[in-house]
Amino acid sequence: MSTVVADSHDAHDEHHDHKPTGIKRWLFTTNHKDIGTLYLWFSFAMFLLGGSMALVIRMELFQPGMQVVDPHFFNQMTTMHGVIMVFGAVMPAFTGLANWMIPLMIGAPDMALPRMNNWSFWILPFAFLILLSSMFMPGGGPAFGWTFYAPLSTTYSTDSTALFVFAMHIMGMSSIMGAINVIVTIMNMRAPGMTYMKMPLFVWTWFITAFLLIAVMPVLAGVVTMVLTDKYFGTSFFDAAGGGDPVLFQHLFWFFGHPEVYIMILPSFGIISAIIPAFARKPLFGYASMVYATASIAGLSFLVWAHHMFTTGMPTFASLFFMYMTMLIAVPTGVKVFNWVTTMWKGAMTFETPMLFALAFVVLFTIGGLSGIMLAITPVDYQYHDTYFVVAHFHYVLVSGAVFSIMAAAYYWLPKWSGVMYDEFLAKLHFWCSLVSVNILFFPMHFVGLAGMPRRYPDYALQFADINAIVSVGGFLFGFSQLIFLWVVIKAARKQGVPAPAKPWEGAEGLEWEVPSPAPYHTFDTPPKVS
Amino acid sequence: MSTKHDNSKYYVPDQSIWPIVGALALGLIAFGAAHYTIEWSNQEAGFGHWVLLAGLVVLTIMLVGWFGDQIRESRAGLYNAQLGRSYRQGMLWFIFSEVMFFLAFFGALFYARMIAVPWLGGAGNNEMTNQVLWPTFEAIWPLVTTPDGTETQAMGWLGLPLINTIILVISSVTLHFAHVGLEEGNRRKLKVWLVGTIALGLIFLSLQAYEYVIAYRDLGLTLQSGIYGNTFFLLTGFHGLHVTLGAILLIVMAFRVFAGHFDKDNQFAFAASAWYWHFVDVVWICLFVFVYIL
Repeated sequence: MSTVVADSHDAHDEHHDHKPTGIKRWLFTTNHKDIGTLYLWFSFAMFLLGGSMALVIRMELFQPGMQVVDPHFFNQMTTMHGVIMVFGAVMPAFTGLANWMIPLMIGAPDMALPRMNNWSFWILPFAFLILLSSMFMPGGGPAFGWTFYAPLSTTYSTDSTALFVFAMHIMGMSSIMGAINVIVTIMNMRAPGMTYMKMPLFVWTWFITAFLLIAVMPVLAGVVTMVLTDKYFGTSFFDAAGGGDPVLFQHLFWFFGHPEVYIMILPSFGIISAIIPAFARKPLFGYASMVYATASIAGLSFLVWAHHMFTTGMPTFASLFFMYMTMLIAVPTGVKVFNWVTTMWKGAMTFETPMLFALAFVVLFTIGGLSGIMLAITPVDYQYHDTYFVVAHFHYVLVSGAVFSIMAAAYYWLPKWSGVMYDEFLAKLHFWCSLVSVNILFFPMHFVGLAGMPRRYPDYALQFADINAIVSVGGFLFGFSQLIFLWVVIKAARKQGVPAPAKPWEGAEGLEWEVPSPAPYHTFDTPPKVS
Repeated sequence: MSTKHDNSKYYVPDQSIWPIVGALALGLIAFGAAHYTIEWSNQEAGFGHWVLLAGLVVLTIMLVGWFGDQIRESRAGLYNAQLGRSYRQGMLWFIFSEVMFFLAFFGALFYARMIAVPWLGGAGNNEMTNQVLWPTFEAIWPLVTTPDGTETQAMGWLGLPLINTIILVISSVTLHFAHVGLEEGNRRKLKVWLVGTIALGLIFLSLQAYEYVIAYRDLGLTLQSGIYGNTFFLLTGFHGLHVTLGAILLIVMAFRVFAGHFDKDNQFAFAASAWYWHFVDVVWICLFVFVYIL
């Protein structure tokens, strides 16, 4: 881990470009690059952990009947897989990328609040230790799904709920502090001349994401608090006997939850908007419309939450409102996909690994987006609700969407981080294995879902057996393909590869390519002038 | 654009031990509080409260150490205007996150009043809900009789709540006078009004505690009294915690003022504490309107 940022004595002219050594460097650091590296490694560890839980699920579902785990443990696996992937893998990966890249992209010496930056990272290992420790309590860990609907999480849950709630609280604090740091850095640390409309789209999308995080993570804190008091202190927020309503839980949760899913995709849009122009060797088509589309998606995300709740018996007017608002989101998202495709139009394209992942993102994310429009239609959602169709939908946008964009980002910026070119052969192997297996894994889920297979059950009717076997094979292939990625990153971190120039990609643009590779420990001590 | 003058550079602190101490503190608090909650509700002995206590001690050490570092750096003149802007913006976004936290509880209150309780009483097309579940239930607010028959009395807005509102509003004004004193360089004015504000804050908290005694003892209004009691105690309780935090901030500011800190150009900590105080004041006004009066 300690070799990702290496010596670069030829690179710096500042007298204090030294860095501390040993474990203290990582524990006490205030350096945005160190903290970015910590976030990224933490995220990858959680990705493998959450992924192995998914493999337990796929093992059990390989054939009908109960063979590997008992149903209660199966429920714990679905719950922990979701929580770990959302809060442990995807969100910290984006925060890690933000830490590494935003100061480099806007010409800032560091994040605006460097000590708080370290605090927000180091909360995460403690939060996840607490969460994971709950699995070893009597009665087992949380088993109510990552959405922890009441009354599953109140009346019918085990005592692990208390650990879940407090772990969520401190994760939320970490996210809020990370978001405040990003937003203040962007507002206040841009180099002279770096006006808002000159910022790279990754910076723009994170700027808007940070706003979403600050707006909704406190609502999550509120709703977990109500779960805690309902379960332990005799309140009845989610209990009709005391005048509350279990549906209130869903309103509050999804008021957080829907912006949350955009928190996990908007930075992806920024990454893709950096990579496609670089490898198409053309400027991004429609920069300003990309910014406005991102802002529109963020704004609409606060008005669509109840499309997760069409089957709760809401008044028709509410269902219609949320249906139309949801379908409206397809417009700015369509603008984005159009812009990416148009950027490639008549470009001089090459297909290095970052570009391959970006292209796969555009296609597969669009598939996930289209199934999202199907789910938005209230009457048909009655059939799809809580089936594998939903599982297929959100894994298309989160795995072949968010996770693929993170992979693309990692390959795109690895030369800048490590100072060497990654192993292109292994990277392409990783890409093709991932691309094929992710579709074997998630595409057939659409069919079993449409045919009526519900999600979150450890057993299923016989007619779903063949497709589930195929899905499980895809799952294991996809899971083990990610070890190739680990291998590529370790090789690059150990400097095994061709030294990378400051700008390893011919068509890449941006301030991050003006500094040497690997980026010196301190960059832009004196702000660059952007014209 | 850039000059080589040192003060033009952004101050990036060296390594610091405090963030990870803070992470440890939050970890201990979360782990301890969770186990203490479980042990308390199961009425069994355990280690939860000791871990929680340890976490609070570590948190206090961290706060003293971290803020101590900040104050020393600030007094040593290491900060510049750009860093001041970072701190101010950071504080404003933090306050925005607090607004959203309260919004979750206000949302629960509005949902219960406008939707959940009327539906349980048969409003809209929910006649059968009422007939099948609790046919004798009547939807009124404040909900003094819950569907399962728990009874309580509502807390009126005249009396203590009104007095408390007046006290808190006045405290916002007095704090503004203190701030004006700081801007004018009038240290005496600053000290008098700041101490006055703290006194008002502490009176508010005492009266709030007394109001809870009245609620529990005389009105039978408890945390378990259904959705009215739930929203009442969680909203006023979290507000009270925020007033407590605000009062602690102002007390620390008072010590710094008496030690001669702050002037017109160097007053971020004071300004941030003042913003926080005004914020809890605004939250209270919303509370007073939506929880007590309406």
